Amino acid sequence: MTVAERTPLVEMRNINVAFGGVHAVLDVTVDLYAGEVIGLVGGNGAGKSTLMRVLSGAHPADSGEILVDSQPVTIRNPRDAKAYNIETIYQTLALADNIDAPGNLFLGREKTTRLGSMDDSAMESETRKVMGRLNPNFTRFKMPVRSLSGGQRQAVAIARAVYFNARILIMDEPTAALGPAETAQVRNLVRQLKDEGIGIFLISHDIHDVFDLSDRISVMYHGRIVDTVGKANVTPDDVLGMIILGKKPGEVSEKELAELELRTQ
Amino acid sequence: MTNEADATPVSGQVQPPARTSLRGLIAQTEIDLRLFGMLVALGAILLTFNILSEGKLFQPTNMVTLAVQATGVAIIATGMVLVIVSRNIDLSVGSLVGVIAMTYALLMTDWMPALGIGADFPFRWAIALGLGIGLGALVGGLQGYIIAYVGVPSFIVTLGGLLSIRGVVWYLSSGAAVSGLDPSFQLIGGGAQGSIGGAATWILGLVGCAAIVALLVNGRRQRRRFGFPVRPMWAEAVIGVLGCVAVLGVAAFANANLWPEGLANRIAVEQNWGPAPDGGWKIPTGFPNPIVLLIGVTLVMTWMANRRRFGRYVYAYGGNPDAAELAGINTRWTILKTYVLMGILCALAAAIASARLNGSTLDVGQSYELYVIAAAVVGGTSFAGGIGTIPGAVLGAFVMQSLAYGLSFIGVNSPGQNVVAGIVLIVAVGFDTFNRRRGS
Repeated sequence: MTVAERTPLVEMRNINVAFGGVHAVLDVTVDLYAGEVIGLVGGNGAGKSTLMRVLSGAHPADSGEILVDSQPVTIRNPRDAKAYNIETIYQTLALADNIDAPGNLFLGREKTTRLGSMDDSAMESETRKVMGRLNPNFTRFKMPVRSLSGGQRQAVAIARAVYFNARILIMDEPTAALGPAETAQVRNLVRQLKDEGIGIFLISHDIHDVFDLSDRISVMYHGRIVDTVGKANVTPDDVLGMIILGKKPGEVSEKELAELELRTQ
Repeated sequence: MTNEADATPVSGQVQPPARTSLRGLIAQTEIDLRLFGMLVALGAILLTFNILSEGKLFQPTNMVTLAVQATGVAIIATGMVLVIVSRNIDLSVGSLVGVIAMTYALLMTDWMPALGIGADFPFRWAIALGLGIGLGALVGGLQGYIIAYVGVPSFIVTLGGLLSIRGVVWYLSSGAAVSGLDPSFQLIGGGAQGSIGGAATWILGLVGCAAIVALLVNGRRQRRRFGFPVRPMWAEAVIGVLGCVAVLGVAAFANANLWPEGLANRIAVEQNWGPAPDGGWKIPTGFPNPIVLLIGVTLVMTWMANRRRFGRYVYAYGGNPDAAELAGINTRWTILKTYVLMGILCALAAAIASARLNGSTLDVGQSYELYVIAAAVVGGTSFAGGIGTIPGAVLGAFVMQSLAYGLSFIGVNSPGQNVVAGIVLIVAVGFDTFNRRRGS
């Protein structure tokens, strides 16, 4: 069965976002299938993060529609997105530094007792289970996450996204702040989640990450999608060219190519 | 010792090495060192003034007076913690206390009688208190709405509240002082008759002890149920014993405070108690009502801050507003609720203040906002947001009140007290900032 015959997990159609007069996202259409990783690449300010913030409910789109399992949905805030099992790992991690790991993992979705009080023991227990998978050496469950290392904080942010049965996962620069060992760990995790049938949007500056993990690559340039290409059909140089020039490989003139080679040397 | 058996190893759980240093022993009890340090500081302040006043400060009646005077500020400070933790401020509390105190006074002297709710109407005090709480919640909610939903900075909104609400106090009574509250309402303010008595104080103390033990046992059972490491048994015992001794000690102290002889004799005649025993009536007052109210407020507020989602959201917002928003928390509603809570607490403080005065004047609650903020900040609340505890703020209120009371006791006048209070505020926060920087 080819990809085109299945229904996409999520489709974003003709999405527009403008900040004042600046079009951050301009008529963008993307789709994502179960078990697929889409690498979303582009220069700074290309609109990748803004596009994903629309999907995660952090910022409303000015126009366009979103379909989950082919059904049109309205995502007004992060709660709506989470209701459709869309989970996001933000570049900033979005952790409350003064609260411990279980508190952050369950933030906004606390486990409660019958009387409506928070069930801290149950939350800590669940956190120990999920962190045991992601970062087995982690023991500081009672410490504010402020006192954790970058990798540990990342693990908490990832744990939060995967714990709640994400079907659609948005990862915004998940390895930007990590060392080599932790980066490898995150890459393994992405493959594992993909095998479990989760659809992943992966925003990354690292072209190697993208080629290593993605099935398809969407290149954004000044708010538009330049092209969405299968990984097998392009080379990293083609993608770099699209990122920098905002044109598909066939449309690039010899002159531009020469300039590009000068710039990348 | 059942340490090894208790701590079922959890995956990846590294057992802390057995430590014998004092610091290590204290760490194993998991006592909040900040709070403990403040208790020590409070004790040192009281002890110093006791020595300077040649033992007069520790007389039960003086200590009870000191405690009652701290209650108003302490009650509001429990709410100010949540407001400051969520990166806001409330400057309007003093004026709000003023307007609600005046409302109580006018309700009982003019408004309720005009509506046919005369002096003999049952539970007039409760009706007045309920209306005052409603007014506080309404005004707090209005300010909270403007802050959270309209987006005007809290400093501005509550500064406006400070000015305009104080003006309303004047209009309510046309500038006059109002006096003559219901005797039952006056009991909210304490005094010999406004106290719960000896037996109830002992019962309260025993209930407190039982609660401490129950909390420790339950906490331990919860942790064992999930196989988490638990405190060593000796640490549990130390905390339990220390807690119970402290609670019962305070109860005993409150019961050492006796009814004034004249009052006791008068009531004895009125109620036909018969002849006075040798040495006169010795009737323990026990905890004054405002102290009981403060204990209740502290417990409820601590529970809300630590055990309820509302409290978690307040702290999360203070730690990282974006993270709270992205986690799907309704942050505006959370902020609005902190101000509603402030209004309710102001109504309670106003009840104590007006009951103690047996009425209200134009300047009830004047400068409360400053004392309340000082109490919260001395108690460890950080203006950077996300940090602060409710018991800390209550202790902070007692530290500030002990200083003021102790100084007045040794004859320092009110401007002198202010000089000291201001310096202590800066030193306390400076010390705290230094400690945190070193700790991180």
